[in-house]
Amino acid sequence: MDAGIHSIDCDIHPSIPGTKALMPYLEEHWRDHLSFRGIDDVELTYNAYRNPFSCRPDWRPPSGKPGGDPSQVLEQALDAFGASIGILNPLWGGPVVYADDMAFALCHAANDWIAATWLDRDPRLRASMLVPFESPELAAEEIEHRARDPRFVQVLLLAMTEAPLGRRHYWPIYRAAARAGLPIAIHAGTGYRNPPTGIGWPSTYVEDYAAQTGGFQTQVLSLMTEGVLTKFPELKVVLVESGVAWLTSFLWRLNKTWRGVRIEVPWIKEAPAEILRRSLRMTIQPLNAPKGEEQVRRMLDHIGGDHMLLFSTDYPHWHFDGGDAMPPGLPAALHRKIRLDNPLETYSRLTETLQ
Amino acid sequence: MARFVVAKVGEIPRGEQKVVRVKGREILLLNVDDEYAALLNRCPHEGAKLLCGARVGLLESDEPGRFSYTRQGEFLRCPWHGWEFEIRTGQSWCDPKDTRIKNYDVKIEPGESLAKGPYVAESFPVHVEDSYIVIYL
Repeated sequence: MDAGIHSIDCDIHPSIPGTKALMPYLEEHWRDHLSFRGIDDVELTYNAYRNPFSCRPDWRPPSGKPGGDPSQVLEQALDAFGASIGILNPLWGGPVVYADDMAFALCHAANDWIAATWLDRDPRLRASMLVPFESPELAAEEIEHRARDPRFVQVLLLAMTEAPLGRRHYWPIYRAAARAGLPIAIHAGTGYRNPPTGIGWPSTYVEDYAAQTGGFQTQVLSLMTEGVLTKFPELKVVLVESGVAWLTSFLWRLNKTWRGVRIEVPWIKEAPAEILRRSLRMTIQPLNAPKGEEQVRRMLDHIGGDHMLLFSTDYPHWHFDGGDAMPPGLPAALHRKIRLDNPLETYSRLTETLQ
Repeated sequence: MARFVVAKVGEIPRGEQKVVRVKGREILLLNVDDEYAALLNRCPHEGAKLLCGARVGLLESDEPGRFSYTRQGEFLRCPWHGWEFEIRTGQSWCDPKDTRIKNYDVKIEPGESLAKGPYVAESFPVHVEDSYIVIYL
């Protein structure tokens, strides 16, 4: 391994300007279609970029979307935190457009645009590929195509989807990802095909954001019980901007319930927590953990795996101030592991492209 | 180790069980294909009486969507929380190392040998011409 590589930021958000910028990468009929219908800004309502929380004040550009200028992102997200490699996770509406073919075309074009505008610009950058995940066959097609570019290191999904991600309908995505050696990233967010809670629509932003935990839990639960993680044991699932500490009691609850009704899912042959410790990874911003090193250490003991944590700034989202992205309380002895060893173990493509 | 005569062979049909009392303990005596097992009638989890549990087989799977159901009657499912136990060993299926039902050695012995003693048959008449289920405790 290159001795110069010492820190990998696993969650940086570039913004995609709009479909006008993607025109060179779209087929002619889509260029006509999108212009005719005036479809330009395809942002996720979930990730409204004017929302203060979506960009730390000192990172907000004077105009335009946060994370829109590659040179600014390189300076503020990589240089400022000493990251040798940064993984771009574009949070964008293309993947959740209802029209399957348009979603596919937009994802395909956006991936081309990311490669040309960002990845070609700086060798430190990598990206997650956008896929039309509600059309799993088309998503698999994009995965197979995009996997040829080793700078795309994982497949990006959202925490809230049309149905739980473990359902067999979605399996073409996992089959293609596993075949290409790509992890699946599940990022906080939703295309609002369902309310963000199982009870119905909340009134406030705070509910919408905090309820993402329920989305993550449902997805993890579904991927585990439906057998995705046992059918594709080599598949890593990275939870991004998920928070971390909630996993503790969730694992206890899962293990206990499995003992009672494991006959529903006989393909689960060991305690669910063991399967999840093997397959899951989580980015550290935000950590959402108790204060103090002793408490954080205890939380990590409960989770049972400091191998699961991946360094991230979640740039430009506003989770912390100042110049230290490592959440307080994470023992210093683990920093190297979180910054470097764990990301390299999770993303085998990083090692391949660095050598 | 004392021997306790607890039942007559033939008294518990295949796939059935009964509770016997030995030295104040409730012991569940189970017939699995005419072999016998003796387990404490108490789930190690929260103490449910296992006599009320279902006799079930073992459901396994090689991959999602495939089911293999074998060894019918060789497992006991606790009536309270559904934990499954292998009757022959008392081991739980989900946590065999740390969660198991206390089990006891059990043998079939002819009445003739038992009549010679020493044995304890709590108000249990022994006839030389029959065979008996004996628990070692």
